[in-house]
Amino acid sequence: MIGVSLEQRVRAGLAAKRRWHPAEFAFWALALGAAFLFPSKLLILNEIAILALFAISLDLILGYAGIVSLGHAAFFGAGAYAAGLMALHVSADPLVGLLVATLASAIVGFITCPLILKGNDLARLMVTLGIAQLMYELANAFSRITGGADGLQGISMKPLLGRFEFDLFGQTAYFYSLAVLFVLFLVARRIVHAPFGLSLRAIRDNPLRAAASGVPATRRLLMVYTLAAAYAGAAGALLAQTTQFVSLDVLAFHRSADLMLVLIIGGAGYLYGGIIGALAFKLIQDGIAAFTPQYWQFWIGLFLVLFVLGGRDIIHGGIGALARRLGALMPRRGSAP
Amino acid sequence: MLTLIIDGIAYGMVLFILASGLSVTLGLMNFINLAHGAFAMGGGYASVVLLQRFGIPFLWTLPLAFLAAALAGLLLERIAYRPMYAKSHLDQVMFSIGLVFMAVAGIDYLMGSTQQFVRLPEWLQGRFELGGVAVGRYRLFVIVLCGLLALAMQWGFMRTRFGSRLRAAVDDARVARGLGIPVNAIFALTFAFGSGLAGLGGAIGIELMGLDPSFPLKFMIYFLIVVTVGGTSTITGPFLAAMLLGIADVAGKYFLPQVGAFIIYALMVVLLLIKPEGLFARSRA
Repeated sequence: MIGVSLEQRVRAGLAAKRRWHPAEFAFWALALGAAFLFPSKLLILNEIAILALFAISLDLILGYAGIVSLGHAAFFGAGAYAAGLMALHVSADPLVGLLVATLASAIVGFITCPLILKGNDLARLMVTLGIAQLMYELANAFSRITGGADGLQGISMKPLLGRFEFDLFGQTAYFYSLAVLFVLFLVARRIVHAPFGLSLRAIRDNPLRAAASGVPATRRLLMVYTLAAAYAGAAGALLAQTTQFVSLDVLAFHRSADLMLVLIIGGAGYLYGGIIGALAFKLIQDGIAAFTPQYWQFWIGLFLVLFVLGGRDIIHGGIGALARRLGALMPRRGSAP
Repeated sequence: MLTLIIDGIAYGMVLFILASGLSVTLGLMNFINLAHGAFAMGGGYASVVLLQRFGIPFLWTLPLAFLAAALAGLLLERIAYRPMYAKSHLDQVMFSIGLVFMAVAGIDYLMGSTQQFVRLPEWLQGRFELGGVAVGRYRLFVIVLCGLLALAMQWGFMRTRFGSRLRAAVDDARVARGLGIPVNAIFALTFAFGSGLAGLGGAIGIELMGLDPSFPLKFMIYFLIVVTVGGTSTITGPFLAAMLLGIADVAGKYFLPQVGAFIIYALMVVLLLIKPEGLFARSRA
């Protein structure tokens, strides 16, 4: 009897979490409206949407399942190269390419996952880093296929849905990326607020206890890792298709490290963290690059250090307090910082 | 072939000197310091600057490189690292990656992104024949110097009072603290010493590995492999691991140049497959 009532309580709790908060509608309306508000910034908006999708991917495994990864670029790169090669050799249709690239990196994730599931945090950090570097070296070594340091050139995508040409200003690109981001966000949102997501959090908080209460930890982690790899692959494919270029940079280490910073800024464990973090990161990066194009990495590094040393608590605490105050002032509030 | 092995040993020796400090950091404080390579780079650049700007002979720059990196290590440990010990692994990794980014961009700003060279003294240049095998003089010098250092470290680690306290602290910091061993002070000293060794290794390694601002990122994975494979509780473990890695890397680059660094990463993944559990189990507090 207690079991039944507990189950009902859990179901009710999950259902409540699944309901949309008004601020979430506002958030997505803003994201769509940004295209009309800043028509000259569409290229960077596109990059933000792609980075946000990539961040959601990492959030799925880091924030929800507690798997640390320093090599998430491996899947981003796999998706990007898959999409690029598809467009060059098989079909230049964006949606087909996106699907194939997503599947391809899901497969890469599925294959490499057993390596990551073993061991503790430190071992995972190292293995993910090693796998990403391995992919980088592979892409470098097979330069006949990947173009090596020159990258994949001469990609030209067919119009989206046969109607919308990819233009120079990134209009189609942004709407395309935003649409993919939104759809995949909906899927992720549904997943993390399902019993599956709940079991992931149980594994994250206490693997031993989760296993003891009958959660098939290894299978669940395998599933979410593959899913996250697919998301990262989709993000990589979007980048390849909208910029019509793939280089070794998609697999570079700094991409994985930057992504960590994105999640650290935005906060892990709630899906909007990745999106907000992506927005903040790109704006910061853009701002820094404007006045010191060559050494922006230094400032990114400084941000990382200061964030971890205590800035994060200050900023998140500050935003939390601000949000509460705004929430008290008016019933509807935007969730952007 | 023998020349290749000697090259590999020299390379491995430098790797050992570079990475030994890291294994102590990891073992003692359960702290993964990805910025270890930054100290090595600092030592390397200290040597280059002293040599090129102040005309100090290369050999004299080596102890100065050690001191410079050790001092940097001591300072940073106090200011920045200490608050990080209680944080999660993820935070520690992010923190040290931030340091690496700062070091890379900072050196790039100060010294330029070009590869740095040092002029070795006359008597260390060239090769000579030893029983029909061509041996680079500098490589032999590196092997002897690093070998002596390794022996001294092994002696210090196993035979001195400081060494036994250090081992006790690595084994179980809490119990060691309970017994009145000043774990924090020991750690600060060891951290500085390890950073100094990294700096020395960076300076010695300019001739063998090259030196440019991307050094900490390029060699990060090497250090991590040495520590992973060698473990954190002995000197001999990382030493053997560094030898293995050095020879494998040199041989790999010689016989299969097109595959490049691929071998190293493949080696790491294979090692992790063979020995997946308990790689870092010892360092679990």
